[in-house]
Amino acid sequence: MTKIHVTTTVNGDPAEFLADPRETLLDALRDQLGLTGTKEGCGTGDCGACSVIVDGVLVCSCLMLAAEAEGKTVETIEGMAGEELHPLQRQFIEHAALQCGFCTPGILVAAKALLERNPDPTDTEIRYWLAGNLCRCTGYDKIIRAVQDAAAEMRGAA
Amino acid sequence: MAKDELKSGYKLIGTRPNRPDGLDKVTGRARYGADFSLPGMLHAAVVRSPHAHARIKNIDVSKALALDGVKAVVTRADLPTGLSGEDLNLQDNTLAGDRVLYDGHAVAAVAATSALLAKDAARLIAVEYEILPHVTDVDAAMAPGAPVIREGVADYSVPEGMHPNVARYMAFGHGDLEAGLAAADIVREHTYKTEATHQGYIEPHACVGQMGEDGRGEMWVCTQGHWYIRRMCAAVLGIEAANLRVTPSEIGGGFGGKTTIFIEPLALALSKKAGGRPVKLVMTRSEVLRATGPTASASMDVKLGMKRDGTITAGQVFFRMQGGAFVGMSPIGEALPCAFACYDIPALKHEAVEVIANRPKAAAYRAPGSPMAAFAVESLVDEMCRELGLDPIEVRLKNGAKNGSRSSYGPDYTVIGLQETLEAAKAHPNYKVPLGPNQGRGVASGFWFNHGGETSVSLAVGEDGTATVSIGTPDIGGSRASIGLMVAEFLGIPYENVRVSVVETGALGVNEPTHGSRATFASGKAAVEAARQAVAEMCRRAAADWGIDPDAVEWKDGAAHPAGPNAGKFPPMSIGEIGAKMGSTGGPISGHHEVTAEGVGASFGTHVVDVEVDPETGRTTVLRYLVVQDAGTAIHPAYVEGQYQGGAVQGIGWALNEEYVYGADGRLQNPVFLDYRVPVASDLPMIDTVIVEVPNPGHPYGVRGVGETGITPPLPAIAAAVAGATGARIRSLPLSPPKVLAAIKAAKG
Amino acid sequence: MAKVHLWSSLRRFADGQEVVEVEAATVGQALDALVKAHPGLEPAVKAGVSVAVDGEVIANNRAAAVAPDSEVYLLQRLKGG
Repeated sequence: MTKIHVTTTVNGDPAEFLADPRETLLDALRDQLGLTGTKEGCGTGDCGACSVIVDGVLVCSCLMLAAEAEGKTVETIEGMAGEELHPLQRQFIEHAALQCGFCTPGILVAAKALLERNPDPTDTEIRYWLAGNLCRCTGYDKIIRAVQDAAAEMRGAA
Repeated sequence: MAKDELKSGYKLIGTRPNRPDGLDKVTGRARYGADFSLPGMLHAAVVRSPHAHARIKNIDVSKALALDGVKAVVTRADLPTGLSGEDLNLQDNTLAGDRVLYDGHAVAAVAATSALLAKDAARLIAVEYEILPHVTDVDAAMAPGAPVIREGVADYSVPEGMHPNVARYMAFGHGDLEAGLAAADIVREHTYKTEATHQGYIEPHACVGQMGEDGRGEMWVCTQGHWYIRRMCAAVLGIEAANLRVTPSEIGGGFGGKTTIFIEPLALALSKKAGGRPVKLVMTRSEVLRATGPTASASMDVKLGMKRDGTITAGQVFFRMQGGAFVGMSPIGEALPCAFACYDIPALKHEAVEVIANRPKAAAYRAPGSPMAAFAVESLVDEMCRELGLDPIEVRLKNGAKNGSRSSYGPDYTVIGLQETLEAAKAHPNYKVPLGPNQGRGVASGFWFNHGGETSVSLAVGEDGTATVSIGTPDIGGSRASIGLMVAEFLGIPYENVRVSVVETGALGVNEPTHGSRATFASGKAAVEAARQAVAEMCRRAAADWGIDPDAVEWKDGAAHPAGPNAGKFPPMSIGEIGAKMGSTGGPISGHHEVTAEGVGASFGTHVVDVEVDPETGRTTVLRYLVVQDAGTAIHPAYVEGQYQGGAVQGIGWALNEEYVYGADGRLQNPVFLDYRVPVASDLPMIDTVIVEVPNPGHPYGVRGVGETGITPPLPAIAAAVAGATGARIRSLPLSPPKVLAAIKAAKG
Repeated sequence: MAKVHLWSSLRRFADGQEVVEVEAATVGQALDALVKAHPGLEPAVKAGVSVAVDGEVIANNRAAAVAPDSEVYLLQRLKGG
């Protein structure tokens, strides 16, 4: 099958690859660009482990074709920290908001997208925003607290 | 928190430092099963049966092999013959023999140059089936006339006259049951059912395997126990264990489901056929749900006698459990001893049968058997409490097991904390919140034995006085942090100066998996013993330098000290100083410890839940949830809380949403997360926790395993709360909205 | 002689006895003596058993001591998820 030449920007860097027309953005990120921080938990858009931000929109990269990333800007977990960790990343470690850590990249990317829209969310708003990100280890309690404290820190309220 | 009242004297134990793997996990750098690749690597896909039960008449792989880029296909004909017992079960489950036994049973596997190509090739493998009658329900599988799934499955224990699908039977008890029942004021008897649920780890099974024609191989795999992977792959493939080196990746959850093999031998067999090229095999979510270890489904009769004051005089259970089409997979041997483990009852009779059915081979799931048993027994206790107008915590305090009680399954309890959890639950503010309309409160207790198991740990002192610890139990929930804390506490050095790593099979003696809530208990205990050995050596080195007797040296605060004024007057020699010159004082300093760890302390817990049930829809909302559990000593309290919260939420899912739904055709109807609905963030409140600490005398720092007990009380506690909210007692899980709505309507008459 | 208590579904392999007396100084010797006296118990013991010696659980240690007056309870081999 003829492959499609895709030119895109990933975490601020230009990226080019040849995509099979059936290839998902998730597979291209992981297998072609070596960005394995984005995880596949279901492949059907139910678990959120593959969450990335495309042109500012939170998407499940398992539901998007790699070819659709042409000309777009993609942000993944690997691009979240600068020289220092993002407050969400640091709060997740300090709150023990991860156990196995497999869902963590997707939840961090999703939570970042929330806080960019709503810097002061309620517990309920966080819970509904993250309802598409499954975590089987933590029961979500410490995740919600970590997001709240990161939000407060980012507002300068902490 | 109870912890703060303890005067432990520990410097580090009980603190909450950052976990060593945290940074890698929040930046996407941590490498899980599917994140590993090798040069020249092929990708594999598996062909699975669409039928619940069928004879394989023919497998035609020619079209697949003809595809450009396809490098190897394996079927059962490629595996050795002559296996028996559980090895044969494992091989039969890895690839079907002449018959497929459940929807999703693997039939063939193919390796190709890309994952998409492998999937295309799998579709070209033509399997001809002759469909056979099937059965998936536990009660139907042992009813007269049920299709016989496999002949001759009954082991020595099964009495004459049972259905041929019955594979095992077990019975034990003590006391005079009839006299006990006669002494009761009320005797009640009901049947309870739980559906199979899946462990639901978010990371699907994944591995990279490589094996040359000489039968030597390597594997990178997400697993709870890489020595189990080694032993099982070696058995299924007919190779020697020493020739397979297995390295565990980070693991994205297991909960018991990653203590065995599913796809791993296929990657190795394909690699060998493909000339030794490495093969990556990653399951899809549907493959995980259809073909990896769910837990058993259960049908359970319970009978209890109770006096008006709440004294339980006698108890009897008969459990029926199916764990798939393979013998020995249902947890009857665990469910029965857990059934009355929270109680001290003078007369008990336990019986259970395991029956096989056309379902996937069950695997362990967090406290295997205990949640089902708790649902049955704790539900009936609650029903009788409500009938007699008794407080459920008072009744448990009155009948609950204590130090010195003879347990329901034989041994005496030495030091346990059930009563303490009940008192803490009673005293908690959640137990006093007034309930509104359509709201109800449920209470239940739970138990898990905990496990020690085969354990091997080594420790090495660095030139700068730091320590590296090598363990063989994969870290799922923060055990590297807790083991690091214990070693640092023992050595008297900062937590940051200890690095704990999970190492491959070549680096240590055999380790059992991270199962049975044993990692922090057993690897921690062995790590402390390894540190003790290193400390003894460091004291010898200091003594030699000082020219005094090694017995005259003691270790404290990270340094060797003369033990007293008679030992001589020397300044303390720190671990850093000893490490810096160890090359010239006798060589490297290390310690190691190998043991089948005994001395586990059981962990008891008590949960209190409030729910509100929408009378229009039957939907249950959890309003507040309290977990109280005995940790012995909480080494890293944040990760102890994490175990409590995670276990409770898995139990909430089992109680309210999760179930395996099989159609009349024997196919799994809900093999995706959209339909197999695990709890999501918006379903839940915060999960309140109280850590009770009754130290376990069998561990140097008093640790009890804490991983499993938390999943057991939610099933009966939520059913009790729903009964309180609606007046309707539902004796089968899950309490899905349609079922609750129907029960509300029926209760109203 | 140590007293070994059998769970009830095992008793039919020991002539209906609930308690079998064995001469043993260790758990391993007790299990071997049990099988020698009642060969029908071999599959159960081979499948793996834990024991409680005078109330204390011995999950998997053949060398654990058994006293002449010990009460030994056979248990299913215990493990977990």
